Amino acid sequence: MSIDISQFHDVFFEESFEGLDAMETGLLNLDEGAADVDAINTIFRAAHSIKGGAGTFGFMAVSEFTHVMETLLDEMRNGQREVTSDSTNLLLEAVDVLREMLSAVQQKTDTDEERIADVNQRLEAMLSGEKLEVAGSVDEGTSNAATVEASPEQKIAGWEIKFQPHKHLFQTGNDPVRMLRELASLGELTSQLNDDGLPDFADLEPEDSYLSWQLTLKGNIPKEEVVEIFEWVDDDCDLVIEAIIQAPTNVEIAVAQLDKNEVGSQPVAEVQQESKPEKTAAPATPSVKAEAKKTAATPPATTSIRVGTDKIDSLINLVGELVITQSMLSQIGDNFVPDMLPQLIDGLAQLERNSREMQEAIMRIRMLPISFAFNRFPRLVHDLSDKSGKKVELKLTGEQTELDKTVMEKIGDPLVHLVRNSLDHGLETPDVRLAAGKDETGTIQLNAYHQGGNIIIEIVDDGAGLNEEKILSKAVEKGLVEVNAELSPEKIHELIFLPGFSTADEVTDISGRGVGMDVVRSNITGLGGSVEIKSKRGEGSTFTIRLPLTLAIMDGQTIRVANENYIIPLISIIETLEVKESDMKYVSAKGELYPLRDEYVPVIRLYDIFNLTPTTMDLEEGLLVIVEGEGQKVGLFIDDLLGQQQVVIKSLETNYRKVIGLSGATILGDGTVALILDVPGLMALYRDPSLAKIITNERAA
Amino acid sequence: MSELQQLNDSLSDVDDRTEQYLTFLLGKEEYGVEILRVQEIKGWESVTPIPNTPEYLCGVLNLRGAIVPVVDLRLRFEMPAREYTPTTVVVVLNVGEGVQRTVGIVVDGVSDAHNILPEEIKPSPDFGTNVSTDFITGLATIGSNMMMILNIDQLLRIEALG
Repeated sequence: MSIDISQFHDVFFEESFEGLDAMETGLLNLDEGAADVDAINTIFRAAHSIKGGAGTFGFMAVSEFTHVMETLLDEMRNGQREVTSDSTNLLLEAVDVLREMLSAVQQKTDTDEERIADVNQRLEAMLSGEKLEVAGSVDEGTSNAATVEASPEQKIAGWEIKFQPHKHLFQTGNDPVRMLRELASLGELTSQLNDDGLPDFADLEPEDSYLSWQLTLKGNIPKEEVVEIFEWVDDDCDLVIEAIIQAPTNVEIAVAQLDKNEVGSQPVAEVQQESKPEKTAAPATPSVKAEAKKTAATPPATTSIRVGTDKIDSLINLVGELVITQSMLSQIGDNFVPDMLPQLIDGLAQLERNSREMQEAIMRIRMLPISFAFNRFPRLVHDLSDKSGKKVELKLTGEQTELDKTVMEKIGDPLVHLVRNSLDHGLETPDVRLAAGKDETGTIQLNAYHQGGNIIIEIVDDGAGLNEEKILSKAVEKGLVEVNAELSPEKIHELIFLPGFSTADEVTDISGRGVGMDVVRSNITGLGGSVEIKSKRGEGSTFTIRLPLTLAIMDGQTIRVANENYIIPLISIIETLEVKESDMKYVSAKGELYPLRDEYVPVIRLYDIFNLTPTTMDLEEGLLVIVEGEGQKVGLFIDDLLGQQQVVIKSLETNYRKVIGLSGATILGDGTVALILDVPGLMALYRDPSLAKIITNERAA
Repeated sequence: MSELQQLNDSLSDVDDRTEQYLTFLLGKEEYGVEILRVQEIKGWESVTPIPNTPEYLCGVLNLRGAIVPVVDLRLRFEMPAREYTPTTVVVVLNVGEGVQRTVGIVVDGVSDAHNILPEEIKPSPDFGTNVSTDFITGLATIGSNMMMILNIDQLLRIEALG
């Protein structure tokens, strides 16, 4: 019977990547010197399951690599090894390598053999360098098998056993056949009989043993189990047990048979030997393999999501209720008399509640705590602060805030960019900080919380803040701003979102290439969100990202203008007012401004920019909806507010194209289509009405 | 048996290369589109106009959850407009090479389906700049009528929808 285990690959990869994340988090939390057994245990367990899984699925390279890590961790766990920052960093690097290896296996691409070998070598060096005592203990009781060193044991892909019983073996009551059988039960056994010792038939002593075996046992088998089989024949045979890496290579046997006295020099010798078989073995096949890979298109990676059982349970409950409501309604419908109208209305109300709850429950399935996106930052900050010599403390709050999975996936990179920026540009070096009277350790805070229908993510640093003069002069230099332009600090801050802008004097490998902030902003606006900066010289900067909770559904306000209905996303509406003509202010008789408390808000007449025939031009007859987009407020002049409702966003681009001022369409309860307004787009259209025409002309041309 | 024979005969008369066209009317003119491109034919329903688009783009309509743009072919061909009535017909077509899109066209009425051999299609006339014939693949004669075969990929490409 054979089971197609490839069907479990996806689960394995997913679990492994989760395990790696757990390892990374655990490693970052390890304090130097003091070994927190629980934390190490968690890391160890994660490594162990990856190793086990990889072994099961035949990803030997992964399993062997993990084994080395595991051994190291095991020593830490048992207190045989101090937790040093060196070892933690090395393990972190190993986690990276492992992640690469796993994704390479997953996507069937090539791995960076050199890096793997390098990290592996360093891991081994660390292991054998300080581990002699352990090596000794392993060797105990193995007498003849003494050539086996501790290090080969670390990556068992199998065992190479040379078994040569002494002549009197049978007299001790032992039977090689039994032992071979037992070995075969441990894993895949191939044996080669050596009958060189067999004498002429005339000289053959029937009770003596003349044969010897060269055995290859494949599989991830603890050495103890192998040794145990030979336990009773220890003194009655010549036994050599060697670990094999990958395919059995003779090189290793030679290495493993090196004299025990050479323990000190061995690691180096061994590693060199070890990387060779990998390299020689690799080029032998790749030419064929690579071609095969090109032709066989890799299937797109299916993504899956882990859902808490409570969410599923609530969904099942809701479905139950829905079924009940449905049967109630169909009962009413079967023999309907006018008397039953109240019942029908009740039933419909219940149906509405059920479906809304169900919708919410289903949306909740897609929601994941933002810690999935935040988790990578401790590592990032750890690495970057090492690199830049800055002292940084990272504070995370609101990690349990839930966010749609799609949004989460897309927000990761912009967040990384902002955090890198804060660390590189924002925070000062310890001496500068001390000189400025600040604590030498800078802080970067990542906060996430809900506000209305939005999720807000803040990246706060207490660094130097944005250098307005520098930004301005750079902008002038690049021709982004006119010379002598007077800009408010806020406007200057906005400049950093322009394409190609960088104030870093030197391009570092952390940041400063000037590709970034514009991409960050466009990524975020692409998600229907916005990003703002608040910064004060010497005190730090705050980046605030505002994102919709989900991309598929939003709350919308239906409005009417010129006999057409449109939907404004509720999140962009600040308030709706009735306007008195006398309140209005005018700029050169055309630009209309409405004084809203302490600011003047430009008024956009929707029928105007959409070229519709207005039903009324009198501001007092309609309403002014104050909306906000990209940090700017405008008033939309409309005829009337209609209802509020949740709408499912549909793309106009599927069958048509993007229309400026519209973010999509939705289908209303009566089956008609309503268009959803895009506030930033409307503003652009207001500033430059030709935008609409340009597109039309281009298309028509 | 003889009936089957007849049927077989009549079927074998149909050339493999025959293509079927759905014809529809715009005023007195008859146009044809490949029948396999036709997704469905439905009656006129009010559509939602899209701001800042040309007049011939009537708007978008909800086709079982998909948002489908609808083009009035009369207006597209700069013919006099006609009021939409419940008998006005929307032909929903699949257009585009590679990425398929769904677009509806408003026509006066659907007339018939015809089998046409490739050699029966004559090249489209050249009116110079007076009449654009870019989107006409060719002309075919059906009885005493002339049918214009539309290149809908060209006619309804996104750029042309305004």
